[in-house]
Amino acid sequence: MILYHLNHLRELEAEAIYVIREAASQFERPAMLFSGGKDSIVMTHLARKAFYPARIPFPLLHIDTGHNFPETLTFRDKMVEEIGARLEVRYVQDSIDKGRAREEKGPNASRNVLQTITLLDALEELKIDAAMGGARRDEEKARAKERFFSHRDEFGQWDPKNQRPELWMLLNGRKHIGEHFRVFPLSNWTEMDVWMYIQLENIPIPEIYFTHERDVVDRDGMLLAYSEYITLKDTEKVEKKVVRFRTIGDMTCTGAVESPASSLSEIIDEIAASRTTERGTRQDDKRSETAMEDRKKAGYF
Amino acid sequence: MSDFSKDGYMNMELLRFTTAGSVDDGKSTLIGRLLYDSKQIFEDQLEAIEQRSQQRGFEHVDLSLLTDGLKAEREQGITIDVAYRYFATPKRKFIIADTPGHIQYTRNMVTGASTANVALILVDARKGVLEQTIRHSFIASLLQIPHLIICINKMDLVEYSEAAFNKVVEEFRHVSSKLDIKDVHFLPISALKGDNVVDKSQNMPWYQGATLMYLLENIHISSDENHIDCRFPVQYVIRPQQTEYHDYRGYAGRIVSGIYKPGDKVKILPSGESAVIKTVELFGENIEEAYAPMSVTMTLDRDVDISRGDMIVRENNAPNMEQEFDVMICWMNANKLQLGGKYAIRHTIKDARCVIKDIRYKIDINTLHRNENDKEIGMNDIARINIKTTVPLYFDSYRKNRYTGSVILIDEGTNETVAAGMIV
Ligand SMILES: Nc1nc2c(ncn2[C@@H]2O[C@H](COP(=O)(O)OP(=O)(O)OP(=O)(O)O)[C@@H](O)[C@H]2O)c(=O)[nH]1
Ligand SMILES: [Mg+2]
Repeated sequence: MILYHLNHLRELEAEAIYVIREAASQFERPAMLFSGGKDSIVMTHLARKAFYPARIPFPLLHIDTGHNFPETLTFRDKMVEEIGARLEVRYVQDSIDKGRAREEKGPNASRNVLQTITLLDALEELKIDAAMGGARRDEEKARAKERFFSHRDEFGQWDPKNQRPELWMLLNGRKHIGEHFRVFPLSNWTEMDVWMYIQLENIPIPEIYFTHERDVVDRDGMLLAYSEYITLKDTEKVEKKVVRFRTIGDMTCTGAVESPASSLSEIIDEIAASRTTERGTRQDDKRSETAMEDRKKAGYF
Repeated sequence: MSDFSKDGYMNMELLRFTTAGSVDDGKSTLIGRLLYDSKQIFEDQLEAIEQRSQQRGFEHVDLSLLTDGLKAEREQGITIDVAYRYFATPKRKFIIADTPGHIQYTRNMVTGASTANVALILVDARKGVLEQTIRHSFIASLLQIPHLIICINKMDLVEYSEAAFNKVVEEFRHVSSKLDIKDVHFLPISALKGDNVVDKSQNMPWYQGATLMYLLENIHISSDENHIDCRFPVQYVIRPQQTEYHDYRGYAGRIVSGIYKPGDKVKILPSGESAVIKTVELFGENIEEAYAPMSVTMTLDRDVDISRGDMIVRENNAPNMEQEFDVMICWMNANKLQLGGKYAIRHTIKDARCVIKDIRYKIDINTLHRNENDKEIGMNDIARINIKTTVPLYFDSYRKNRYTGSVILIDEGTNETVAAGMIV
């Protein structure tokens, strides 16, 4: 036993709390993006820890694609109620109705890309100058390049070739009017860290992360949840399978994995043995090699 | 993650390491190899880079593609910005910062190096020590990275010759004798073929030392934290607007160094007032002894005026409180440093402004000599300067404390971070 040495989960926790407190201090109107997925749930939990016994001093912002898993919304509303947080919701459907965004067509249509428009509009409307997100560097190769404090120009764009150096833990959140920051407190966490932390801290998560029976469609090797938002191709059929989700995003692009894991402990064992990344269950990343970088440059999460 | 154990995972140490060295010396390939040979690459990641390598007509899988994630990097075959990768063995969890070798992107190398416990400095066995090798080694010593591992790479291209290895070791020792480096190891490797990365090389029987993975898993890092000098910059004052906590005042922040516990007599800077710690807590749980790098909230036995940027220290161990001091800087911007110019300065969580009073000298990177006549400080230059700040900062020398000894300078017009500074 080493005296006075934090284990790595506690060190990651301390780092994330530092970043959240810094965002709350350096910016006038910060907000925390909340998607209902495990990363944003963990991030919200860390925000509670950071300011306890006070309430979280900024709102949660959910960009609702209208294609959510119903369980996610139920979970969200219950959580917000319990922790006494302020929640803002902005709808992709509204952006479409206003003619700001145009719905994709065809069987692979998704509102994933459209979210960016709604998000940027919401940041402008609510005058949010720092949007905290639960993205992790281990998720994807473009995200591996992110800073904790990531600058966005007045169009919400990311310039990955020209990022500010981020030295020690000195975070530079200075900006011009109209610009904003994305802040990533979980930058250094891996998928395994997130699950271990959920277990360590006993954090509630939506039940679709655990095994259940569901109607799914096998599309190019990915098991999509069957719902009214999915248009079947000729060759496709709906099947019942025992599945769970490794990530929760839009119903139209998040794949399920076949799994009997019904507890956190079983999920952790499963991930430890897994030979694919969790992003492998996301159709949105498979569109092209630089799908994530392209979306991020345009202002995506 | 074959040898995964849950209990083990809860007790792992975190080791942060960075790569350094000249362009094309094989840094990204080495990280790819380390991940590949320790079976930390997932099938979908491997498939993606296999496909990509095939498309490009390479005869082998290009492992550097695992970290070179940006479109521009893949097109040019170089690293532009730091990429962070993560892996764990049963012993440790690792955070890797793979940094660029290209001189134009030196600032990104400094970014990756600023938080590292260990730096891997790569040298191409055919080319030996180059200007960038010296610059990066100098930066690593300035940043006081406690451990350096010099990886002499591409041994496959010099027929795994011991003489070639020894020649580079000699060259490096010549340079490092002028540097302040505590712990240095030399390793002959081939990142491309995997010799001495995770598995011991069959091609170099003359080398009896450890593999890279062995060193990374076993280098002793727990003594790298400072548990003596108590430094707690107050980041946020918690005042709940709830009746049950009407009189609650919590001082939230991250312990930079030292140990804090209830009952400790403390002093608040800058007011100089004294108080006794009532609780050290997080999320309603009391902590008996808190130490770096924990994020906590403290309450005190009396009402004192404390705001963000103040520092809570022990009565008989205070940092310097001054407005004028010397700083070693790495300049990171295309606009040159202005003598007499004013910049924003950030130190721990405190913001102030400063004026550049003097440029003492610039380091000549080839000879590592101090040049007192050259006062042109541009992109990638390293210099010692004297500054005066608008308010006193509570600092230690960088040598004594990495986190109360470091600053960044910010251009007030562009808001860009223009320099990394280490207080002398
Ligand atoms: N033969 C041989 N080639 C190597 C070895 N290591 C790397 N290379 C090759 O050297 C070239 C450059 O490798 P990278 O890993 O991209 O170099 P780097 O140091 O990351 O370069 P920058 O990040 O741009 O500074 C690639 O073509 C590699 O395949 C080695 O051990 N042996
Ligand atoms: Mg590289």
